Amino acid sequence: MSSGFKLTVKLTCMLAATLLSTSALAHQFSQGDIKIGHPWSRVTPSAAPVAGAYLTVTNSGSQPDRLAGGSTPIADRIEVHQMTMGDGIARMRPLPDGIEIAAGGSVELAPGGIHLMLIKPNQQLIEGSSFKATLEFARAGTVEIEFVVQRNPTVQTGSGNEHGGHTP
Amino acid sequence: MSGLPAFRLTIWAAIVVLGMFLIVSTQLSGGSPTGETSSGTARVGGPFSLVSHTGGRVDNQSLAGRPYLVFFGFTYCPDICPTTLFELTDLMTELGPVATGFKVLFISIDPERDTRETLASSMTSFDSRILALRGTAAETDAALEAFSAYAKKVPLEVGEYTMDHTAGVFLMKSDGSFGGMMDMHEPRETRLENLRRIAKDQVTGS
Ligand SMILES: [Cu+2]
Repeated sequence: MSSGFKLTVKLTCMLAATLLSTSALAHQFSQGDIKIGHPWSRVTPSAAPVAGAYLTVTNSGSQPDRLAGGSTPIADRIEVHQMTMGDGIARMRPLPDGIEIAAGGSVELAPGGIHLMLIKPNQQLIEGSSFKATLEFARAGTVEIEFVVQRNPTVQTGSGNEHGGHTP
Repeated sequence: MSGLPAFRLTIWAAIVVLGMFLIVSTQLSGGSPTGETSSGTARVGGPFSLVSHTGGRVDNQSLAGRPYLVFFGFTYCPDICPTTLFELTDLMTELGPVATGFKVLFISIDPERDTRETLASSMTSFDSRILALRGTAAETDAALEAFSAYAKKVPLEVGEYTMDHTAGVFLMKSDGSFGGMMDMHEPRETRLENLRRIAKDQVTGS
């Protein structure tokens, strides 16, 4: 059921991509009660030892869930980190327990806040390319997703994951 | 006979308190930094000397006479550092030759991992006019002090660490004085206009 859905999403994305000729379209993946909205990763400079990746997690279930981390063939591992700014100083810390997504809730991972950190990517992330990853949830288990590589965050109107969002 | 000792005691107490007050206030004024302005703003703009990713030495004296932008970061930073570098690259591309009117310096606060080779490789992804600078631990500390900036190593798991650091972009005028922090959240046109103005701030002659 979810693979059929995924195929539909992919086809819709491909169709829309042809129409709008942009690779930065919103796309989504789901597994059980967990929905992953527009996973994207920032382009990296050459030989970057780390990369930041972002997405929106929505939990439509009646129980809280927890995003603990993940894996991808293109990096050693994926960790959940948090960036904070205070007094002009940027601080980044791992969240070893990951992040909780409340029942019926949604969490946005975005620049300047919580991010997924790819440790030691084995390739440079080039704008417009994409890569597969597996996210690990405490309840929902693993969720297979695909990150698109963007230079800038997608400008989204509203909180939905509608297709058609694109970078200016 | 009954009121006199109490009166004397009061006088003595007053003398002791006054004396202590004088000693404390003298020590306080003597202990304050000399030659510092008391404007309340952090002092920015002092001596530093670092080596660029292309191999040349860059110091505050070699930069004199031209405006420049400075920000601190490191390559193990996934978020704010590459974002700032990409944003500055976009602005400089838009400005074209005008952006040659100022220098842009990215100072590594993690010289331990950011070797010159690492920085040189990283910089191939950005505007070629941006210089990545690094130095010894002492030179890095001096550069931080020159901008009243902050950086601190924070241990993580076994052998790994991250860096807390000042994140803003410093604007330095051609006379070496501090021109404020660049607001990266301003509209793009405002930022471009500010940079065009900065590029015009050239000291000719002298
Ligand atoms: Cu991180």
